Amino acid sequence: MTSRSLSVLAFAGVIVTIQLVTKATGSEYHLTQLTMTAYYSLLTIGLCMLVGYAGQISIGHAGFFAIGGYVAAYLTTHDFSAQSGSVPLSLLSALGVLVKRPDLYGGDLLTFHPWAAFVTALALTIIVAYLVGGPVLKLKGHYLAMATLGFGIIVYRIVLGTTALGAADGITNVPGFAVVPGIEVSGKTSLRVVNYYTAWGIVAVSMVLLMNLQHSRVGRALASIHGAEDAADAMGIPTASYKLKIFVLSAVFASVAGILLTHYNAGIGPSEASVMKSVRYVAIVAIGGMANLWGVLCMSLLLNYLSLRGYLGSFDDAVFGAILILIMLFAPEGFLRRQIIGDIKGFLSRRSGEREAS
Amino acid sequence: MTLLSLEGVSKRFGGVQAVNEVSFRVPRGSIKALIGPNGAGKTTLFNIIFGVFPADSGAVTFEGVPVQGLHPFQIAARGMARTFQHIRLFPKMSALENVMVGRHIHTRAGFIAGMLSLPFSRKEERAAREKCLDIMEFLGIGDLAGADATSLAYGQQRIVELGRALACEPRLLLLDEPAAGLNMRETADMAKLISRIRERGITVLLVEHDMSLVMSISDEIIVLSYGQKIADDRPLAIQKNQEVIRVYLGEDNAAD
Repeated sequence: MTSRSLSVLAFAGVIVTIQLVTKATGSEYHLTQLTMTAYYSLLTIGLCMLVGYAGQISIGHAGFFAIGGYVAAYLTTHDFSAQSGSVPLSLLSALGVLVKRPDLYGGDLLTFHPWAAFVTALALTIIVAYLVGGPVLKLKGHYLAMATLGFGIIVYRIVLGTTALGAADGITNVPGFAVVPGIEVSGKTSLRVVNYYTAWGIVAVSMVLLMNLQHSRVGRALASIHGAEDAADAMGIPTASYKLKIFVLSAVFASVAGILLTHYNAGIGPSEASVMKSVRYVAIVAIGGMANLWGVLCMSLLLNYLSLRGYLGSFDDAVFGAILILIMLFAPEGFLRRQIIGDIKGFLSRRSGEREAS
Repeated sequence: MTLLSLEGVSKRFGGVQAVNEVSFRVPRGSIKALIGPNGAGKTTLFNIIFGVFPADSGAVTFEGVPVQGLHPFQIAARGMARTFQHIRLFPKMSALENVMVGRHIHTRAGFIAGMLSLPFSRKEERAAREKCLDIMEFLGIGDLAGADATSLAYGQQRIVELGRALACEPRLLLLDEPAAGLNMRETADMAKLISRIRERGITVLLVEHDMSLVMSISDEIIVLSYGQKIADDRPLAIQKNQEVIRVYLGEDNAAD
């Protein structure tokens, strides 16, 4: 058995154990925050591939999360009945894109089917990621950081300033998303356990896909771009195209996270698009060890859970800012790396060596 | 038969004419060296051939096809590979993984195939691994495959970089100061390696300062001075060339 499948099994064990513990102690309400944590983790492992593995910073990924979440929320809540006579609308109805569902007051709403909204949101994310990534990925270092930050700010101001998107209130009453019959992504208490396993199942599958990618031809190409871009170029790797593709892939992960969490929370607000969210994701990637997928996942689980349960109090964002400062000062290559264990061993043996010498 | 030819290539950086109307040919199967004092334009010429930046004028032809204006990654796909004057290995990767990056142009698996670990990509991966281990064995560094590339000794890093270039299976190998930083024994080993690489049918164009290496393995030597070609001949003739001696040793020695 490979180390990759072993690590996935161990991870599955942890997820099952957590659920059993909450069941045994009657504290299943924790599963709600843990499910939300899973979706945020989906974003951070995608970002780990971009920032940690390919070495391209982005402080704008909350923007992609928001694009996914807001498009899905808008299309599944906006009532298209008023335009139902028009040609494009009847065409969409014929394709099964539009569905009727009862609203809160017993009337009928004509909205996008969640799957149709999902596909549309994802398509829009991919288009935006290509349009933004194409020019900005020509930049390096701080310049790339600032450009992606600018993108994040634009998305934030758009969702905050658009009445159709609920402005400061965001969008509420987003319906559940029946991904397959029997599995509905929604916040209903009766579906809490199913949703917990669905969310972490998606994370597990994503981990497998990304680990496979790391150990493939493309993974080596990405790591080589990170390590020495001119040498990667000389080896026949089209560096610009690879950087753009991993940027789009990480945006897709962010967008899927946004879509699913929006259905789970039955809504989305502008704070999800805020710059502080993007900073938080980068801080998690940094403390997780930059290129270490498992490290990033562990830190994402821990920190998002603590934050969502309110353990970080009103200093929530400050904690993530502090993490980022500390990492940049003391472990700019990331905290949870394999080498760190060696460093600690080296430090301890040096200490004991000194003691023996004295 | 000519593999690579340059016709009237010039390049200016601000007020400095780095390369001035340089023309030469590299015959297939030969080892050709490019020598000259510091600042003569050797590395500039290398970078022009490899598409790092374009020439201001002139033509570069590889296997009969003009290649100026192509990007380095496109040049690599045409069958050239290079090493760097300052070693450019990929950190945090093993020596084998570094060499395997050289297989990029001969493999196909993209993002989807990589993520799904499709059978063809696994097969391709195994083949690449074996091929690279063979190359490392050929270069005498087979035992270093699993070692972290950038923590190897300097001389070993040079050979890993050579292996990475060979993994591209180039028809023309460009070596930028392959003996820089090597001691005498390592330089002699490097000379043997380069000769053995040529025996495998790979044409070599190298920039080098170490005269013992250049004189012992080159079929032809081009001498550059201040961006101009001043000689292009066999090693023995170069050693007797008055102009070359003047450039290298100064006026007085040439007069003696």
